[in-house]
Amino acid sequence: MPEPVIALEAVCRQFPADPPVHALAKVDLRVEPSDYLAIAGPSGSGKSTLLNILGLLDTPTSGSYRLDGIETTTLRDGGRTKLRGSRIGFVFQSFHLLSHRSVVENVMLAEVYGRHERRTRKERALRALDQVGMSHRVDFLPDRLSGGERQRCAIARALMGTPSLLLCDEPTGNLDSRNTAAVLDLFDDLRAQGLTIVVITHEDEVGARADRRVRITDGLLTEE
Amino acid sequence: MHLRDLLNEALAGMLARPVRSALTTLGTVLGITTLVITLGIAATAGNQIVGRFDELTATSITVEVPETKTPLVDWNAYTELTRLRGVTSAAAVAENKASSNLTVRSNRIVDPTRVTDQTLTVIAATPGLPEAAKGRMTQGRFFDAGHVERKDRVVVLGDQAAKLLGVTRLDEAPAVFIAGRAYTVIGVLGELRRDRSLGTAVIVPPSIGKLFGLRDVTRVLINTSLGAAELIAGQAPTALSPGNGDMLQVIAPPSPTRARDGVQDDVNGLFLILGLVSLVVGAVGIANVTLVTVMERVAEIGLRRSLGAARRHIAAQFLLESTLIGLTGGVIGACLGVVAVVAVSAAKQWTPVLDGQLALAAPVAGAVVGLLAGLYPSLRAARMEPVDALR
Repeated sequence: MPEPVIALEAVCRQFPADPPVHALAKVDLRVEPSDYLAIAGPSGSGKSTLLNILGLLDTPTSGSYRLDGIETTTLRDGGRTKLRGSRIGFVFQSFHLLSHRSVVENVMLAEVYGRHERRTRKERALRALDQVGMSHRVDFLPDRLSGGERQRCAIARALMGTPSLLLCDEPTGNLDSRNTAAVLDLFDDLRAQGLTIVVITHEDEVGARADRRVRITDGLLTEE
Repeated sequence: MHLRDLLNEALAGMLARPVRSALTTLGTVLGITTLVITLGIAATAGNQIVGRFDELTATSITVEVPETKTPLVDWNAYTELTRLRGVTSAAAVAENKASSNLTVRSNRIVDPTRVTDQTLTVIAATPGLPEAAKGRMTQGRFFDAGHVERKDRVVVLGDQAAKLLGVTRLDEAPAVFIAGRAYTVIGVLGELRRDRSLGTAVIVPPSIGKLFGLRDVTRVLINTSLGAAELIAGQAPTALSPGNGDMLQVIAPPSPTRARDGVQDDVNGLFLILGLVSLVVGAVGIANVTLVTVMERVAEIGLRRSLGAARRHIAAQFLLESTLIGLTGGVIGACLGVVAVVAVSAAKQWTPVLDGQLALAAPVAGAVVGLLAGLYPSLRAARMEPVDALR
């Protein structure tokens, strides 16, 4: 049996306060390759903390988190940064595109850090843009794109490094229903191509499209 | 991370807000311009002043010979000097206290309306004196080796002396009486550019000078070609008096480099401080703007961290951005400075003098200013936690 992409075991995260805030309490979660998982929950439920831990942006107070079989809780800052750059593709609610760089330059940014062949970088960026159906907007600046196009551009950037995990934080939060549908269709396509996707959302419509849904309330995870 | 990528990202970051970057460079531009102008003008002006003395002072050497029982310098020794490379002309002169107060008159007629007796200095000199004193025979001629050899009773008057004695024309072969004896005036020496005191002197050949107690050489005038003065000043005593060179006193022009340094020190001090102050102000400006930029680009920093940028990558990018801003300021400042120096030189009809190293060092100085100014902001950017930056 192949290693799970994500394996959380008894992960806790406390924030120092008086009394301490238990944002996550003994969370266990397994995500197998080419799973499509939606994490839902109201605000303040620990969603963002979970996302930060999954994205290696934050470390758990206790417990173990293995990504592709690599234990991440013992890694230092540099090691986690490397792992994050090579294995995780982030998709943000607010897209985070650099406004003064063209679409293709924004996508190419994904390979600036880490070891990649420089000469073929543009080819790979164009292929990623093709994958999300954005080949006709390659040289546009982001502020001339619609919200859905911007998010597809951001997804292309996330796909650029061929990550094992696509981690999406409210990917449709800033989109209207038509663009939301387009992005969700895209996720279905990517899923079909074998990509592992974790979506954090509070929208039921988004959650309904995933194979698995987990709900987080007060730091506790329940599978639906 | 590839170096070219780093440069690319830093350039893009700088060019994303071109107007802001341009304004940020302004402080560095002013500082570097001031420095280049200050150093350039000082070098140019210093060179002008030195250039002016070069013609006369920097090529004139005088050797003073102390009076001793046995003559230190032979009357013919100056011919040894002219064999040295770099000596353009030389002449030996004798002058002492007794000879400086001799009564000279131009005729024996007693004219109560005029003062006919003049107290003038009589000096003995070798035939090369007009060239050595950088003068010109305004009338007649100077005596030559033949006059000296034959002990002809001839004199040459300095132009002032001739005027005092009332000698205006030489075609009647006028005579002057020194200590009661007559001598024929064969020339008038004037337009002296060196040793102007010769203008009021009565100059006699060495063989005649002995009659007035001018036995030994007391002074040797030497002219050198440009740049040879220092060398000749070292060689002249030995050439003149092989055994007793140490006893001769050589008066040589100050070496040109020292003159130049002296001039620069005066001009530079204040303006250098001014330039440095502008540079510091420029650095503070860059630091401020970079700090603001870092705060504005928190989301971008978060994104880069999520894409796998390590802290040092973030620090390097902002550091390079501020360095590039400083470098741009330095390049523009150096250009403006050089143009200003050339413009001032053109207006004053000077030859612009600029150290090539200075023109190269100025942009480097700008870059260093930018680098130092970027240290704190880029550390702030690198220390940011990705979780906070993405919030």
